Amino acid sequence: MTNARLLVVLAASAAALALAGCGERPQVVNYKQGKYQGKPDSPPYAAAPFNGNKQQWENAVDTRAQAQNEYVRLRD
Amino acid sequence: MARMKFLCDAERCIECNSCVTACKQEHDIPWGVNRRRVVTLNDGVPGERSISVACMHCSDAPCMAVCPVDCFYKNEEGVVLHDKDLCIGCGYCFYACPFGAPQFPQTGAFGVRGKMDKCTFCAGGPEADGSKAEFEKYGRNRLAEGKLPVCAEMCSTKALLGGDGEVIANIYRDRVTHRGKGGEVWGWATAYKVPEAGTSGAVPAPPAPTSTPPSAVTGGTKS
Repeated sequence: MTNARLLVVLAASAAALALAGCGERPQVVNYKQGKYQGKPDSPPYAAAPFNGNKQQWENAVDTRAQAQNEYVRLRD
Repeated sequence: MARMKFLCDAERCIECNSCVTACKQEHDIPWGVNRRRVVTLNDGVPGERSISVACMHCSDAPCMAVCPVDCFYKNEEGVVLHDKDLCIGCGYCFYACPFGAPQFPQTGAFGVRGKMDKCTFCAGGPEADGSKAEFEKYGRNRLAEGKLPVCAEMCSTKALLGGDGEVIANIYRDRVTHRGKGGEVWGWATAYKVPEAGTSGAVPAPPAPTSTPPSAVTGGTKS
């Protein structure tokens, strides 16, 4: 009787293990539709030399942008 | 806040390809990948025009819409960037882009494509600013240094303008007023949309040639 019970338990365990092999697990990253999934980026003024000073960065970029206007340069 | 844009003046571009060379040099771009290129329309015909083409960092970027892994993002300056760690090189963005900007390095035999590479407006990518990892994946981050894209800054005829859309539109308006012709800007309607009457938040339109005296030109339209 004990042997029969043991056999039943073993058979049930083996069946459970065998069935587990049929289970489906996600193989790829689950992407959220329409949302950026990558690493976050810091604003360009966050690091040195501006160290978070947005106004200083904007002034620097604006100065460089104005240098593209040769009419301004020639008038000076 | 700045809304970064490119503007190519076809009246001035002399097809010297310096922008292409400067870009490749600045970012150490591999052989076979051209983030920027010069296209000549009606080559050899009197009146031919050349334009420098790269990613225009569109207002409503189609590449962002079609990417199956959502690796694109737009930073607060309006620059369209992407995370190469996520890109699977499917090429959908290339088919969607009206400017043919996305480039794919050939990484092996049988035409296997690598991760997409494109113009970053010299703004690097989602790695630490100025880091080695950022340079190797995306190139130099000039924007974080307070500089503008190298292609525009070194253009000898200043045909290619880059920077805040309002600022470069004003520069171009000043120029068109002086020369009195060539007010059409290639690609702006596609990339940044033409402002519709009665809508707010419209992109400032490139100026049409006018007979206004230069002294009368002040400021630009607000976006």
